[in-house]
Amino acid sequence: MKYLVCISKVPDTTAKISFKNEDKEFNSDGVTFIMNPTDEWYALVRALELKEASGGQVTVINVGPKDNEKFLRSAIAIGADDAVLIEANEETESYYIAKNIAKYAQENGYNFVITGKETISFNSFSLGGMIAEFMDLPFINQATQWMLNGEVSTIYKEIEGGEEVLEVTGNCVISAQKGMAEQRLANMKGIMMAKTKPLAIIPIALGEEKVQVSQYQVTPPRGNCKMFTLDQIDELVQALQSEAKVI
Amino acid sequence: MVLVFLESSNHKIKKNSLEVITYGKKIAKANNGKLIGIHFGALDDSDSCNKYGLDKLFILNEPVFEVFDSRLYTKAIKAVYLAENCQFAFFGFNLNGKALSARLAAALDGGLVNGANSFADLNGGFKVQKTIYSGKAIATYQIVAQHKILSIASNTVSIEENPSTCEVVNFNSGIAASEVKVKKIKEEKVAGEIPLAEADLVVSGGRGLKGPENWGMIEDCAKIIGAATACSRAVADAHWRPHHEHVGQTGGAIAPNLYIAVGISGAIQHLAGVSNSKTILVVNIDPEAPFFKAADYGVVGDAFEVMPKLNEALKKAKGV
Ligand SMILES: Cc1cc2nc3c(=O)[nH]c(=O)nc-3n(C[C@H](O)[C@H](O)[C@H](O)COP(=O)(O)OP(=O)(O)OC[C@H]3O[C@@H](n4cnc5c(N)ncnc54)[C@H](O)[C@@H]3O)c2cc1C
Ligand SMILES: Nc1ncnc2c1ncn2[C@@H]1O[C@H](COP(=O)(O)O)[C@@H](O)[C@H]1O
Repeated sequence: MKYLVCISKVPDTTAKISFKNEDKEFNSDGVTFIMNPTDEWYALVRALELKEASGGQVTVINVGPKDNEKFLRSAIAIGADDAVLIEANEETESYYIAKNIAKYAQENGYNFVITGKETISFNSFSLGGMIAEFMDLPFINQATQWMLNGEVSTIYKEIEGGEEVLEVTGNCVISAQKGMAEQRLANMKGIMMAKTKPLAIIPIALGEEKVQVSQYQVTPPRGNCKMFTLDQIDELVQALQSEAKVI
Repeated sequence: MVLVFLESSNHKIKKNSLEVITYGKKIAKANNGKLIGIHFGALDDSDSCNKYGLDKLFILNEPVFEVFDSRLYTKAIKAVYLAENCQFAFFGFNLNGKALSARLAAALDGGLVNGANSFADLNGGFKVQKTIYSGKAIATYQIVAQHKILSIASNTVSIEENPSTCEVVNFNSGIAASEVKVKKIKEEKVAGEIPLAEADLVVSGGRGLKGPENWGMIEDCAKIIGAATACSRAVADAHWRPHHEHVGQTGGAIAPNLYIAVGISGAIQHLAGVSNSKTILVVNIDPEAPFFKAADYGVVGDAFEVMPKLNEALKKAKGV
């Protein structure tokens, strides 16, 4: 089986977020970037586990600037066989990221495309569904477990108020979340190999713009927190009732 | 025309779908267009359809739609969307809504905002906001494509009545049985609990509660006010609580009217999942706990003292 794992680059979870250029552009000064956690911990590791169990190839792919090569190398160090960078600028829309990944997957005969459930930067939850649509494949989103037996995938996912187990026959697109695997660290051998495994760089194909960001803003802080002591619990409940009007 | 995707439980349109209807109705009115609903499976809720302003409701009740398969649902939604000359399609920002909105955007070469949480600004275009960077920032998006697709976060608009006469159409997609690629093997519902993703009120516990045996006071609180229960990742990782209760960056993201956080420090990754809550109450023994900076109401105190008192006061206030 051939697995294509989508890897995105995001600011570190604890990064302070700010904007520049009249709030039209992300300010990356002093920000550390990492592989998106769900891509690294769940999507990539589960693909590696399935390959280790029954053979195949795990390719990692990113759509982004040339510099993102280093995140793909890190993914190779964790165990991926090879990597593809579709060179594009930082602001490329989900629609075109998905379209280019879908095209690559189709032309190169991948069976499964695996994404994280969302990036922790744009929280779009969009890419997997778009890739699946462009490839006319089933899409299981926010999967928590994935087993593969021959052609048949058994996939667990949380649903509102419970869990369901699905069976998908043949190729599909899966977005992964917590539960699917455990984070793996790169070992020395992986890090050594990472430099020698293939990494292809190809240009992106773009078209008409669909969505533009017209403005960013840092979320305004909440007003001051009103404090109550143990003896003022009745007053607190009153505030919840008549001021906040939430109970 | 505006198309809205509707979900139901027990034959009644869900609250989040009613919000999507309200949102869609406003856009339809602004464009002098009609509001068209689409629902998979039988629905017996003509009251809501007429009350909240649907002009037309498409019911798709073929066996191929028995199991949710975003691929087949999208084919059918696209067919209705095009037949009705729509320019807008709105979904709820939940598991199925997110998958469908993304697919439909690709299928129509449209523009998508998943998780929109403001009413659209229609002056000189179509602008809508959503939170990014896990709640740390807000982006305003302008959809420039002809087809505009949104999934809408819960509590973005309050449900409004808009009386109409809804025509019901039974639509046949003609999708062949051989197209079905997704089978459901098993479904387990956690009985009796209020599903976290849909809850208006949420009571949540962290490591400050010391152990799973102390969750009684959290559950009591939830029961008194009719809330769902949640927890921090540290708690789920320690197996004190089931994983589906875990909220935050790696868990679920929620936006209830009230979030009560007890013995949770307020780590940035936790806040990522809850900072869109309308009102936040924090109970923590440490006055320096970071969560107080992200809260509206706070009690500095030992949860084991505060919660019994809070529960008593809530009982009185609710008359239970
Ligand atoms: C990449 C990444 C992703 C993460 N994702 C998530 C996520 O999705 N969700 C999440 O929750 N965390 C997440 N975390 C973990 C997060 O950083 C924190 O470690 C976690 O939220 C801490 O949980 P806690 O607040 O329950 O525990 P602690 O940090 O141990 O806090 C316990 C709190 O209880 C208070 N306390 C102690 N005793 C009492 C008492 N008797 N009465 C009242 N208060 C008391 C303490 O003052 C303290 O503030 C993530 C971390 C990383 C690195
Ligand atoms: N630029 C990108 N290159 C490759 N994969 C991406 C990119 N952006 C997002 N993804 C993948 O798509 C998933 C969902 O992203 P999003 O829809 O942006 O929230 C991520 O978890 C990644 O697996």
